[in-house]
Amino acid sequence: MRVPVSWLRTYCDPALSTAEIAEQLAASGTEAERIERLGVGSTDAFVVGKVIAVERHPNADRLSVCEVEDGSGAPRTIVCGAPNVAAGQTVAVARPGAVMPGGQELGEATLRGVSSSGMILAEDEVGIGEDHEGIMVLDDALKAGEPLAAHLPIVDDVLDLEVEPNRPDCLAVYGVARELHAATGAPLADDPTASDASPSGSDRAEDHASLEIVHPEICLRFTARVFEDVRVGPSPHWLKARLTAAGQRPISNVVDITNYLMLATGQPLHAFDLDAVRGRRIVVRRAQEGEGMTTLDGVERSLDPEMALVCDAEGPSGIAGVMGGQVSEVSDSTSRVLMEAATWVGPNILGSSTRLGLRSEASARFEKQLHPDEALAAQRLASKLMVELCGARMVPGTLDAYPRPASPRTVRLRLERLRSLLGAEIPDDEVRGVLERLGFGVSVDGSSAQDLEVTVPSFRDADVRREVDLIEEVARVHGLARLPTTLPARRRAVGRLTGAQRLRRRAEDALRDRGLTEIVAYSFTAPETIARLRLTGDGLLALTNPLSESQRVMRPLLLPGLLDAASRNAAHGRAAVALFESAHVYGARPPDGTANGSPAAERHHLGALATDSLGGSWRSDPAPADFYAMRGLLEGVMQAAGLDWRAEPVDAGDRPFLHPGRAASIVAGERTIGWLGEIHPLVTREWEVGPCAGFELDVEALAEVAAGTSKTYRTVSTFPAVLQDIAVVVPEDVSAARVEEAVRAGAGVTLRSTELFDVYRGEQLGEGSKSLAMRLEFRAPDRTLTDEDVAALRERIESQLEEVGGRLRA
Amino acid sequence: MAEQPITPPLSEDPTVRLEELRGEAERAIEAAARAEDLEEARVRYLGRKAELTAVLRSIGQLPADRRGPVGKAANAVRVALEARLSERSSALEAAALEARLGGDRIDVTLPGDPPRPTGHLHLVTQTRREIEDVFVGLGFSVVEGPEVELDYYNFTALNMPPAHPARTLHDTFYLSDEIVLRTHTSPMQVRAMEAQAPPIYIVVPGRVYRRDSDATHTPMFHQIEGLAVDEDITLADLQGVLLEFARAVFGPEREIRLRSGYFPFTEPSVEVDVSCFACAGTGALADGRRDPLCKGSGWIEILGAGMVDPNVFGFVEERGYDPERVQGFAFGLGIDRIAMLKYGVPDLRLMFEGDVRFLEQFGAGA
Ligand SMILES: [Zn+2]
Repeated sequence: MRVPVSWLRTYCDPALSTAEIAEQLAASGTEAERIERLGVGSTDAFVVGKVIAVERHPNADRLSVCEVEDGSGAPRTIVCGAPNVAAGQTVAVARPGAVMPGGQELGEATLRGVSSSGMILAEDEVGIGEDHEGIMVLDDALKAGEPLAAHLPIVDDVLDLEVEPNRPDCLAVYGVARELHAATGAPLADDPTASDASPSGSDRAEDHASLEIVHPEICLRFTARVFEDVRVGPSPHWLKARLTAAGQRPISNVVDITNYLMLATGQPLHAFDLDAVRGRRIVVRRAQEGEGMTTLDGVERSLDPEMALVCDAEGPSGIAGVMGGQVSEVSDSTSRVLMEAATWVGPNILGSSTRLGLRSEASARFEKQLHPDEALAAQRLASKLMVELCGARMVPGTLDAYPRPASPRTVRLRLERLRSLLGAEIPDDEVRGVLERLGFGVSVDGSSAQDLEVTVPSFRDADVRREVDLIEEVARVHGLARLPTTLPARRRAVGRLTGAQRLRRRAEDALRDRGLTEIVAYSFTAPETIARLRLTGDGLLALTNPLSESQRVMRPLLLPGLLDAASRNAAHGRAAVALFESAHVYGARPPDGTANGSPAAERHHLGALATDSLGGSWRSDPAPADFYAMRGLLEGVMQAAGLDWRAEPVDAGDRPFLHPGRAASIVAGERTIGWLGEIHPLVTREWEVGPCAGFELDVEALAEVAAGTSKTYRTVSTFPAVLQDIAVVVPEDVSAARVEEAVRAGAGVTLRSTELFDVYRGEQLGEGSKSLAMRLEFRAPDRTLTDEDVAALRERIESQLEEVGGRLRA
Repeated sequence: MAEQPITPPLSEDPTVRLEELRGEAERAIEAAARAEDLEEARVRYLGRKAELTAVLRSIGQLPADRRGPVGKAANAVRVALEARLSERSSALEAAALEARLGGDRIDVTLPGDPPRPTGHLHLVTQTRREIEDVFVGLGFSVVEGPEVELDYYNFTALNMPPAHPARTLHDTFYLSDEIVLRTHTSPMQVRAMEAQAPPIYIVVPGRVYRRDSDATHTPMFHQIEGLAVDEDITLADLQGVLLEFARAVFGPEREIRLRSGYFPFTEPSVEVDVSCFACAGTGALADGRRDPLCKGSGWIEILGAGMVDPNVFGFVEERGYDPERVQGFAFGLGIDRIAMLKYGVPDLRLMFEGDVRFLEQFGAGA
């Protein structure tokens, strides 16, 4: 909302600069996005002048040489190009030295051999309007030499206000003035809509037109007045200046009056050429299926039955509350005007303008719900201007369809409640004062001096409905800056992270500490990306209205985001990266629902991906980013979580994006909680990255498994450990885990730990066999183990190994 | 050096000779430049054939009254020389080691072994954790909720009527008529109150989604919601909590200011500004230029907040949230926005591109 400050000051003029006014308004909730300075650079050197004589320019047909009295003593000679300049006119003069709106300084000039000392001004030259056809002709009552700024707003500030959506009353200059009055206490001028025009004639409005609301659920009130002998022409300078500064283009006096009323009061109006209203009849109804019309902007619009129309006897003449039509538009030849001021249903107008893709100044106000009283108020001021500016005769009477008249709302305000909600002691007088300055009626509730009975004014009817709304009014106008600063008592409230939250932080930190860099990737991806991972796309969640096809589905795993990032980094020269992400993944909700009440299956995952190689320096080779590198990282995470886990071979087809021979499921607490492996070469090729490996883990499941484990003290043995290295020869297809299992089965509880430190294949072993070297630590809680004890253990281990086709190497 | 002939013990006072020998030997020890020289001196002055040894050996032949003083003197010389020898020997060894080490030179400008390289937490994670920790310190718990959310929690239960403009397909991602990607972290207000009777003090971090895309808007970003409900929580308490937050995150000198605002689910609603940390709230930089960060105002808008609207309590009244008996505040702030302000990141999109040249700039994170 653009508010010209000179206009605002006619209603409320605190002794404050424009910037201070903006500050006051911002503190109470109406913020100026910016303050714009309009008009001339300085008002100096702009004066009223009288044209004494006009002669034709000796060397140019279209120029006149004027003698102008401007109060400086001797008349000055000004060369003027305007066709309408004439002796005897009172005009606006810029003397040499004047700074024009663009910032340029006016100098003495010589035009076709005649020197010109100044300029006679047209509207557009001082930002009052757009007219450049001729010079402005002013009221003859003005005296030569008077400062021009005293009579025309040739310089103005405009506040561009960001009005909150619940405050249609602030989409009006008078409404903003009321806010300023409430905030500063500076006097507020009387409501400009308070008094009405005087009608004349013995006819009645009903004699000229008729009115019917067919569907009252879409129109709360419809008022119309009739004017005859209307002289359509340009508006006076002051009106043009206000409209221009507020961002509205002046058109003609009748149209300008409707725009002026909307800007001044917030109530949009519409003027019809009554002679073009077919049947002299106004019908308000819903649009019919398939109906269409051409709006003022020349666009053919198709309508739906939710939309409200203003029609005449033959068809639509405007889309209610949004935009008028061309049928009965006011033109230069109009002499009879039907002035409409109506009240529509806010949500209905919002819906219509959204579906039409058409927002107007009018719809922006109607959609926030205006009050029916405002319509008639606007008619009063509009009538006065129609009479004053267009020489019109106002026909007595008002056509007024108002099916269900509204009565004013009263709301009880408990002062105790106000203080306890704000935590501030605001004096009773101040509470009353704030509400009254805002236009509320305040009386003491009979039962208690602590309760106020507050009457809500029509212009605040839409947003002030409850006690708490009144409390907000008091808080914001009394001043939030005066609020004390306290802390809650916090009874029974203790802040802490949950075990699961701390576990997630540890897991993330474990990866960070091992050199991985965290990314945050978008939660959505392209269906095609899922296909590139060789996944089917079953059970995906899809958006109905994605911003682009590349963001259509919610990702079911973190891997694609990691691959995207690896690919992007490789493209700018960083082929070796190690990345992780900690975020949600999404799937369709399983039939049995999910624990967190989400309408989808949503889990928090931790995923990692390394490409090319890890580590390395000038004296050590980097390690390839392969299965074992990732397994090492995963072990770091699992140690941070304090969980035992194992890797199990993946069923072919379960994880088609992994190398089938170098992939595993992560199993902990007998639950599969993720995957680990090298990325399938066909997948890495899609992303144009080198060999890479990764893992992905459901950290919610991890936390659930961790929550089920507990650590208790075990006696620390005082007896020494015996370390034994063994080499186990087994066929290739026997896994290390199987070997360790056999060793443990053989050794029993005295085996405290095993560590695999070498894998050997060679001629001595023969084709198809491998040797695993392990360090075993034996320790008994109650005695020192003897050589005989250890020899016996070895034997038992050996017999267990035979079960899996293995033997101990000498 | 040729070995000197051994002079027989002097018949006259042998202590004079002993002093001579001591002087000679000390000079020889001092002069020894190598371990071999030193060994030679030892043999000459303390060896089996040395004069001093002979003196010590011949003491028995002296008259009884001379034996004591001469023996004592000779022994003193021996002890002194042995000490000198060992001292000199250590010095020579040390010198030889220094000489050897001096020749063992490496290129100190080659890079060292990389320390176990530490990675980086994302700037959003760093900032989120920092904010979480501030509120945990203030007595709040951290809860999280679903991003795929029911329309009911995202809009309806937050007092946003069916025709609210934020609900349009233009602004909100829909998965079906009833299911959206949450547009803010606020839906957890009602979810949390359904799950827990008052008092409740929570913050809710997480991803949120809006259909927007430019330098300062991405279709996904991060928020933290705060909610405190008890019998006597006031707007003044909200100001106190947010002041603590602002000082913890932006520095102990900061002030905050509340301006009236509008949100459907709070009443009164406020917008909260923090005094600018780039210009200390003056609006001007040290060189007098207008501070571009706060646009010369000295204040930066950081969040929206307010007292929980009674209509919101209406949705959880049977869980103990009778609006006549409990009251509270809520706030919501953008994590990415806080991070951008603090670290001067100009474009939100950088956060989500996974470019390590960006991600590595902000340290490891705590
Ligand atoms: Zn600043």
